[in-house]
Amino acid sequence: MYKILKAEKLAANIYLMDVEAPRVAKHCEPGQFVIVKMDEKGERIPLTICDYDREAGIVTIVFQPVGASTTKMTNLKAGDAFRDFTGPLGRPSEFVEEDVEELKKKKFLFVAGGVGAAPVYPQVKWLKEHGIDVDVIVGSKTKDLLILEKEMEAVAGNYYPCTDDGTYGHAGMVTTMVDELVEKGNKYDVCVAIGPMIMMKFTCLTTKKHEIPTIVSMNPIMVDGTGMCGACRVIVGGEVKFACVDGPEFDGHLVDFDNAMKRQQMYKTQEGRAMLKVQEGDTHHGGCGNCGGEN
Amino acid sequence: MADVLKRVPVREQDAKERAANFEEVCYGYNKEEAMEEAARCINCKNAKCITGCPVAINIPGFISQVKEGNIEEAYKVIGESSALPAICGRVCPQESQCECKCIRGIKGDPVSIGKLERFVADYALEHDIKPAKADKTNGHKVAVIGSGPSGLTCAGDLAKLGYEVTVFEALHELGGVLVYGIPEFRLPKEKVVKKEIEKVKELGVKFETNVVIGKSTTIDQLMEEEDFEAVFIGSGAGLPMFMGIPGETANGVFSANEYLTRSNLMKAFDDNYDTPIAAGKKVAVVGGGNVAMDAARTALRLGAEVHIVYRRSEAELPARVEEVHHAKEEGVIFDLLTNPKEIHVDENGWVKGMTVIKMELGEPDASGRRRPVEIPGSEYEIELDTVIMSLGTSPNPLIASTTKGLETNRRKCIVAEEENGQTSKAAVFAGGDAVTGAATVILAMGAGKAGAKGIHELLSKK
Repeated sequence: MYKILKAEKLAANIYLMDVEAPRVAKHCEPGQFVIVKMDEKGERIPLTICDYDREAGIVTIVFQPVGASTTKMTNLKAGDAFRDFTGPLGRPSEFVEEDVEELKKKKFLFVAGGVGAAPVYPQVKWLKEHGIDVDVIVGSKTKDLLILEKEMEAVAGNYYPCTDDGTYGHAGMVTTMVDELVEKGNKYDVCVAIGPMIMMKFTCLTTKKHEIPTIVSMNPIMVDGTGMCGACRVIVGGEVKFACVDGPEFDGHLVDFDNAMKRQQMYKTQEGRAMLKVQEGDTHHGGCGNCGGEN
Repeated sequence: MADVLKRVPVREQDAKERAANFEEVCYGYNKEEAMEEAARCINCKNAKCITGCPVAINIPGFISQVKEGNIEEAYKVIGESSALPAICGRVCPQESQCECKCIRGIKGDPVSIGKLERFVADYALEHDIKPAKADKTNGHKVAVIGSGPSGLTCAGDLAKLGYEVTVFEALHELGGVLVYGIPEFRLPKEKVVKKEIEKVKELGVKFETNVVIGKSTTIDQLMEEEDFEAVFIGSGAGLPMFMGIPGETANGVFSANEYLTRSNLMKAFDDNYDTPIAAGKKVAVVGGGNVAMDAARTALRLGAEVHIVYRRSEAELPARVEEVHHAKEEGVIFDLLTNPKEIHVDENGWVKGMTVIKMELGEPDASGRRRPVEIPGSEYEIELDTVIMSLGTSPNPLIASTTKGLETNRRKCIVAEEENGQTSKAAVFAGGDAVTGAATVILAMGAGKAGAKGIHELLSKK
């Protein structure tokens, strides 16, 4: 069992937890993720590593309830535990392996959308710790949904919050902020974009226009997360890759986002059914799953 | 008087009934049936059956105990050679191992060695007969990577010799292919696999789940930082292959590994569990091995019409005869000498059909099997909503790529000596599918035994 030491709500629909997992904490690097399973009957779900404390053996995860399992997870409190917590999984971000002196010559731009601020944070923090200041754009629908502001401001060189409704920071999408920074004369060697697939797709279209090489972190359906099933396969540069072992980070200009988005919908109806079951509790009698209504 | 040339038949669940549930197909022998079948064994002095068994169980030895009704004694005899008899009695291809060497088989049915082994093992599980344990530990620490058949066997053998063994498993359940691959209806998980692993725990073996070697820690770190003196790698061959044809990333196309993992490990077939599975109405399973049969029979139980699409003819099917027979009885349709060319996708990204081509058998290839050749112009289209690719698996490169000085061959298999499992790296041993590529449970067990022997030879010198 993996004990939850802290559980807090960061924003309306975003949760943070500190979990005791010494092996993961000791070995994880920016760019990697974990797979958790809540209880005996739970499913395995991939989650972002947001932070880690190697000495204390703690891994911080951030998640958004999107389906039945993550909705159930929001009920967990400090003192509860996950039955299973596996990782770190996936490859670390490429820069972790690079020569720091070479890295210092590069100008990085990070673009985070919504809960994507969580996986961006350890990357920006790692670079800061290695003496590299980077520009960070964080976007959300509205002011109340922006997360990890203080933390991000502390490690970013320039921090540019954006809200779709203009309630805070720059008014508009992250992509218009990218345009603005480039038009102001900023030159970037690498862009890292993490967030919902649709946001990564449009960020890539924008950076392509400006000829900025762009890395994205894919979030497809996963089961084992160790390369044994291929549920998470994505098409990159015409080739089939497994996001859990070959990624999750890929060259965003080569990713087939339309295919990836369709694959993400695969269990939508089942997820909807499972969700109803959670919300309706004992009053749910499987009617929705058995009526065949949507077929 | 029973006909001694014929084996005592084994009771099975009715084909129509079982095609709609996940209960075990074969019920196995009861004590009377087992004793009657055991009486057919003529207790050869120079028993050929033993040479057909990859772990050389003293077969006439245990059968003569069954004959007398001494089931506990029979279990002890098997226990000298095998740690997982309830599993092997069920899933070994006995027809090409012990049973094909049986003298009885020359003029009649060979003795049902597998079913007898299974009976003895099930009896031991039901009566909670414990395996013999080492008196005290010898203080040597050994790490075993992977809790599949090779790892469990190696760990069990070493624990019996007094070693302090820890098994590291990447998934959340122990057993490897025994839990995620082989379905419930062939190998019950709670009733058999879990209990059999409990017996290995009783020998003193420690288990740590959710540890992905190469990610959560490495072999070098286990040896340098956690004081393990030797390591056995039994990580299997779990990386699925795809065909590379158009449409393969469509929704509704699965690797057999994913389909079976969802169903077996995550119990997606059971509504009380959270993991979903897209059951499908019309399913094609591409391939002809045991995994293909397992996937097909699983899809059938989830309510689909199921076709096996295989490019060679029935004679070349690599699956066990018994499994092909069971699949046919249950209603799986075999489209033989047929190969997929392209998967068709609808506007929502879902599979809607597949173009296949008819094949004929040409000249034998390097492996001696007649090579399938396409018949030009014979393409046709079939309507489908699910395709399961069961084309075989290869070893996951994760361990080899993160362990310094560990040699692999061009198929990404770890290079190891057959008799003791020694790899190119000092004090690191390997066996099972990680070395051979996808093979059988009992061969993996044999390799686990060899690895344990190799490790014992190394560490007992210290």
